[in-house]
Amino acid sequence: MEPLAVQYDILRWIVLSPLLGAVVISLLGRTLPRKLTGTIASAAVGVSFFIGLAAFIKLKGLAGHGHGEQAAFLSDTLYRWLAVGGLSVDVAFAFDRLSAVMVLVVAGVSALIHIYSMGYMAHDKSYWRYFAYLNLFVFFMLVLVLADNAVVMFVGWEGVGLCSYLLIGFWFEDPEKAYAGKKAFIVNRIGDFGFLLGIILIFWTLGTVNFNEIAGQAPAVLVAGGSLATLICLLLFLGATGKSAQIPLYVWLPDAMAGPTPVSALIHAATMVTAGVYMIVRLNVLYLLAPAAMCVVAVVGAATAIYAASIGLVQNDIKKVLAYSTVSQLGYMFLAVGVGAFSAGIFHLMTHAFFKALLFLGSGSVIHAMSGKQDIREMGGLKKKMPVTYWTFLFATLAIAGIPPFAGFFSKDEILWKAFSSPQGHWGLWLIGFAAAGMTAFYMFRLVFLTFHGQCRADEKTKSHLHESPYLMTVPLMVLGVLSVIGGFVGIPEILGGGNGFHHWLAPLLGNENGAVQVSAGVQHWPHAVEYTMIALSVAVAVAGIFGAWVFYIKQPEKPKQLAERWPLLHQLVYNKYYIDEIYNVFIVQPIKLTSTFLLWKIFDAGVIDGVVNLTGSSVRGLGRVAARLQNGYAQAYAVTFLIGVLLLIGSFVW
Amino acid sequence: MIELCQNDILSWVLFLPLAFAALLAVLPGSAKTLLCWTAFAASVVVFAVSLSLWCGFIPGEAGMQFTIHKPWIEQWGVSYHLGIDGISLLLILLTTFLTPVVILSTWSGVKKNIKGFLILLLVLETGMLGAFMALDLVLFYFFWEVMLIPMYLLIGVWGHERRIYAAIKFVLYTMVGSLLMLVAFLYLFWIGKESLGYFTTDLLQLYRVAVPYHAQFWLFASFALAFAIKVPMFPFHTWLPDAHVEAPAAGSVILAGILLKMGTYGFIRFAMPLFPAASQAFTPVILTLAVIGIIYGALVAMVQPDLKKLVAYSSVSHLGFVMLGLYTLTSTGVTGGVYQMLNHGISTGALFLICGILYERRHTRLIDQFGGLSSRMPLLAVFFLLATLSSIGLPGLNGFVGEFLILIGTYGSAHPGYVFFAATGVILSAVYMLWMFRRVMFGPLDNPQNRKIADLSFREVMVLLPVTVMMFWMGLFPGMFLSRITPSVEKFIDQYNRKLELVQSVETVKSPLEHRVVFGPRGGSER
Repeated sequence: MEPLAVQYDILRWIVLSPLLGAVVISLLGRTLPRKLTGTIASAAVGVSFFIGLAAFIKLKGLAGHGHGEQAAFLSDTLYRWLAVGGLSVDVAFAFDRLSAVMVLVVAGVSALIHIYSMGYMAHDKSYWRYFAYLNLFVFFMLVLVLADNAVVMFVGWEGVGLCSYLLIGFWFEDPEKAYAGKKAFIVNRIGDFGFLLGIILIFWTLGTVNFNEIAGQAPAVLVAGGSLATLICLLLFLGATGKSAQIPLYVWLPDAMAGPTPVSALIHAATMVTAGVYMIVRLNVLYLLAPAAMCVVAVVGAATAIYAASIGLVQNDIKKVLAYSTVSQLGYMFLAVGVGAFSAGIFHLMTHAFFKALLFLGSGSVIHAMSGKQDIREMGGLKKKMPVTYWTFLFATLAIAGIPPFAGFFSKDEILWKAFSSPQGHWGLWLIGFAAAGMTAFYMFRLVFLTFHGQCRADEKTKSHLHESPYLMTVPLMVLGVLSVIGGFVGIPEILGGGNGFHHWLAPLLGNENGAVQVSAGVQHWPHAVEYTMIALSVAVAVAGIFGAWVFYIKQPEKPKQLAERWPLLHQLVYNKYYIDEIYNVFIVQPIKLTSTFLLWKIFDAGVIDGVVNLTGSSVRGLGRVAARLQNGYAQAYAVTFLIGVLLLIGSFVW
Repeated sequence: MIELCQNDILSWVLFLPLAFAALLAVLPGSAKTLLCWTAFAASVVVFAVSLSLWCGFIPGEAGMQFTIHKPWIEQWGVSYHLGIDGISLLLILLTTFLTPVVILSTWSGVKKNIKGFLILLLVLETGMLGAFMALDLVLFYFFWEVMLIPMYLLIGVWGHERRIYAAIKFVLYTMVGSLLMLVAFLYLFWIGKESLGYFTTDLLQLYRVAVPYHAQFWLFASFALAFAIKVPMFPFHTWLPDAHVEAPAAGSVILAGILLKMGTYGFIRFAMPLFPAASQAFTPVILTLAVIGIIYGALVAMVQPDLKKLVAYSSVSHLGFVMLGLYTLTSTGVTGGVYQMLNHGISTGALFLICGILYERRHTRLIDQFGGLSSRMPLLAVFFLLATLSSIGLPGLNGFVGEFLILIGTYGSAHPGYVFFAATGVILSAVYMLWMFRRVMFGPLDNPQNRKIADLSFREVMVLLPVTVMMFWMGLFPGMFLSRITPSVEKFIDQYNRKLELVQSVETVKSPLEHRVVFGPRGGSER
């Protein structure tokens, strides 16, 4: 059944409002008072959120009024952007059940972070530039999630990358920060190479780039399990590994923490980095036709989840811990979509947006209070000084650790269960996710204990400045705190007495649910006992992780050091992030640089090609000199030459 | 009267710059302000007149419009034949658009004999316009050579330290190609006589001549070499970095912005449609060189210590994309190739303008002499960033449209595999451009000589603003340009294919370079 498009003209304002904000602030930002600049920016995003809400209500209404459960979506076409040959691309937006979730999460979290930023960035000299970038980011992010075709999505995709680049390098005077921004952009471009090729292959295979048409035609045109479907999906996944920081392209995200902390919360935790997950779910019909590619997605996701979690165990910079945690949690989302649990992936994307944004904002609050210091070894005992920050941070930590009934429990548990039980799942994948869950609980509580509990280890000057953050910052924390607690209730599984409404909401868009694609047969039905056991196990491992952290960092604080001393090599290896950055540098970056400098430029370009050119030049000159010598003015010499010429001529005729 | 003017509009556009150059010649050389304003006003007038071409152009029509056809040397069939289609229309507008920008940019940069400089720029404009308008081979060759002299002088007289070497290298390289092309012209002239029964140098008539394959081979090779040098295609590119580095900023802008397009334009207007069978046989070679150019240009650009050299090598990379697009022979790919010619003119033009602005202030082009300029030059930072992003093909700006269409076309062509290599350009361009941008604009402002560097003046903003507006316009609303290019492109492909069949039906082809005749979109192969 072709989905039913309902024209909804104000959809465009979801996107255009932040763009307008960015334009106004760029043009007038220098002259406007700071408060007003921040207010304009926040209001622009707020408008997006409320229009999104209105669209959401309208969409719900459509579903209930006999338009067919799965069919309806809202659409708004602005103009035809590209039309050449068979290709035609409209600048058009589609608000369906999936983009509804994304718009509300993106605009909602963005609005909160905008408000928070008004407090956090209050004293920055480039205040207006910050808000201009931030609004521009929200614009591109909303283009990404609302695009009704792959090319417009790519516009948003590249646009958020640009804003990420600008915001990571926001304090560009610092060479490290400028470097981190550039690194992020370039690593992302490696992914974009794949995404772009994926789009091109989709176009030539299906004759369209429109998502609805892709979903409609792919099962009929593409051979399930065929190499073309697999190639397309792997290319797209390469794009996803760039944007969503998965192995092997995750290296930019930890460095991206160089940006202002609210930026880390918004772009590098809650929204942009989840774009890869969103893209795969958006094209889930294609992925269901390529089981091999899904397997790759699941394995890469699981591997990233545990790999990044292991690095997170030993980092000392509060933001670095959270960064690796983000990489790890994104791994969970890919694990989910890789085993075909698309709705679980989006569910975790949503809850993660709440609790990870909160964790970053909380860390921002801490950094703010600590006069800019980020090393957790210098913190401790902040609980009393910063109660709001502490309690909200704790809620978020419980959520990410997977303790019921906090939001993260439901989404993570669903992922682990699906990794185990779905036809594309495997107990090995589950085991990796399970182990990573234990590590997550451990490193997050390590963070909480070292930061907020025990004695304060800061110097006296810092200590005297310690304070709870202003309302502009704490109110967003509280809102996100509430969401981290209750956000999971939309997706309580049936076995725990819920209706799993979230899953049913998205189901019509998912190929394996509505039968558009036949998933490999043999869906197993597991007994309830198994499912209960799995839930119990995942809670148990989380509790074990928390207990471990308590033992190591409260009860016996000397223990971690002893362990590090006992296995110094292992500790060094993990602490230095397995030296991956160094390996990339030695084996990829430097060889390319050296080859380009010496082999291509100095030897080939300047040596060989120019050598030939200059040689030609000088040999022509030499020839000229020889010719000049012939013209020596001696009549005898001319006569001899003449004679030779005549003889040769005669000879040639006689021959 | 209006009717008459309408008919001769191409001649007006063509010779106005020359007339204004003559006017400048009689002005006193010491009246610098007067000269500058006159030249600027003149180029704006030319641009305004050329806009009437845009307005009068019928978008859906693929053939030549505004044609002027007057006999010149009748016994040889040489005529003064001008006309434009969608492809040349936009290249002409690019020329008339960039010239005032360039003239405005030279006001403070040129220190000696500005009168001569401005006159040469206007003469050059006529030369370039003529080459884009000519529909007669002799006429084209005339304008082709006319362009060479002013450019030679611009580099040789107003250039930097090694200007003489660069100027001579430029002329020698181009002359080699031009002479080969001339010989090929003469040969074609005779073949035309044999086939048609009369002498003609008229391009549209020569299009109808089915040149025997063995002759095509050599004719195409000569034409292609001349144009490939101009493009420049790898490995004939080494004149370009030298010419760019030594040329004054204005010269670089014209060189990169317009002159290089003579090469690619030559392919699409002359070499390919005149000799399609040979062109077809050479396709794998040209595609390979194009893709090598994309990657090689980018890699070498990456490690340049000199700002202008970096941009020069990036041109090699971008023009590789254009050639790739033209040789896809799909309407998306060729349209993308033509669009990329315009994009490159705009974005690389902007980059060279910025190089000039920096050079004027610091008298160096070395990247490591800069750093942290953003804090002193926030306005320049905005323009520079946008030009950088346009150059690396960020969607929303112009560069993306061209690159995307080319890549789409490549996969749909007879040689889809090249797309995987060409698309690495997407990564590499980001590497060299952003690395450069970071080293120039970001980081601490630690070179004391940069501490007092001034931000853009009003005039400089006026120089950069039009090109920046064009980046957005062509990126967001490409439709109005594409609708003019595509019909002409489709006609070109159609003629190419039909003539290819004609030649093949006339004779059985035996060639060492076996050529495959596979055309059109390969789409739906799985269907």
